[in-house]
Amino acid sequence: MVTLDFTEAELHRYSRHILLPEVGAIGQARLRASSVLVVGAGGLGSPLALYLAAAGVGRIGIVDHDALELSNLQRQIAHTTARLGRNKAESAAEALAALNPEVQVEVHARHLDADAAEALIPRYDLVCDGTDNFATRFLLGDACHLLGRPLVSAAVLRFEGQLAVFESHRGPPFPCHRCLHPEPPPPGLVPSCSEAGVLGAVTGVMGTLQATEALKRLLGIGESLAGRLLIWDALDMRFRTVRLRRDPACALCGERATIRDLAAHRAAPAAPRVCAA
Amino acid sequence: MTATIAITVNGERREIPAPATVADLLARIGLDPRKVAVERNLEIVPRSTYATTALAAGDRLEIVHFIGGG
Repeated sequence: MVTLDFTEAELHRYSRHILLPEVGAIGQARLRASSVLVVGAGGLGSPLALYLAAAGVGRIGIVDHDALELSNLQRQIAHTTARLGRNKAESAAEALAALNPEVQVEVHARHLDADAAEALIPRYDLVCDGTDNFATRFLLGDACHLLGRPLVSAAVLRFEGQLAVFESHRGPPFPCHRCLHPEPPPPGLVPSCSEAGVLGAVTGVMGTLQATEALKRLLGIGESLAGRLLIWDALDMRFRTVRLRRDPACALCGERATIRDLAAHRAAPAAPRVCAA
Repeated sequence: MTATIAITVNGERREIPAPATVADLLARIGLDPRKVAVERNLEIVPRSTYATTALAAGDRLEIVHFIGGG
């Protein structure tokens, strides 16, 4: 239910949004009535969660199991040197509360396993993937499709970023994450950020693009990235948007889908992370 | 003399023996299909169709890395 009972402080805080014809008071009220689950409070999750909070998204859940390490701070700008050793979901929640105390922040200081995905995802309107390992990425992609939530997914490595919006639960023509990559890569085939590195500012750009797509989706404005993949090479400074179609042979959203629950994720051992500290 | 077709891969022109599929191209440049996606003429080719997607002269292909860092 969208109500327009803004306080003076809220009208002032969000005045630059309310000025936008595409947002206005109604859009701002829609953001306040919305909820987003941010999975991973790292390089992507930091700017993502900060911009969602600044924008006035009413309820933001943050999932992260890890403790803040010194090597995180080159890119994970929701955290501070003083909070080293603290849980990253808690640390990010402090940053969000300091930026905008009007929004409600829910800390989920835990690893996202299949049970947590099933419990948490239905409680939010939209999910953002800023995680650092393929096991969690595939769990989130499968769970969002099966539980019927849009997924805004970003990934980074070195000087490269990719962004996609998956809404396959709405049916054709929308593709799912497995239409792009049917399976996670075998362990060791794709280097991690801790092995190959990542430019901190690249995570900032991608997390901010992710926030932009999430806000567009919540507001119902513009042309969604769903059905396309954005690829950014920061060294060439070249953005490309390519078409991503639904694969009729996809195991998750295809005509003869074989993935109908999260059972495979319960059986799987924890995979190595690809962008850890 | 075998027939060849001219395609562009990651911005560079290449001549490859024809006929050729996306799977043939990946094998030729030594890329494991499990760690890339392939974009052909601004569209992602589903991995399930690599072996049946024939390349045509003038095709523009880009290899998209499978990345998962956050």
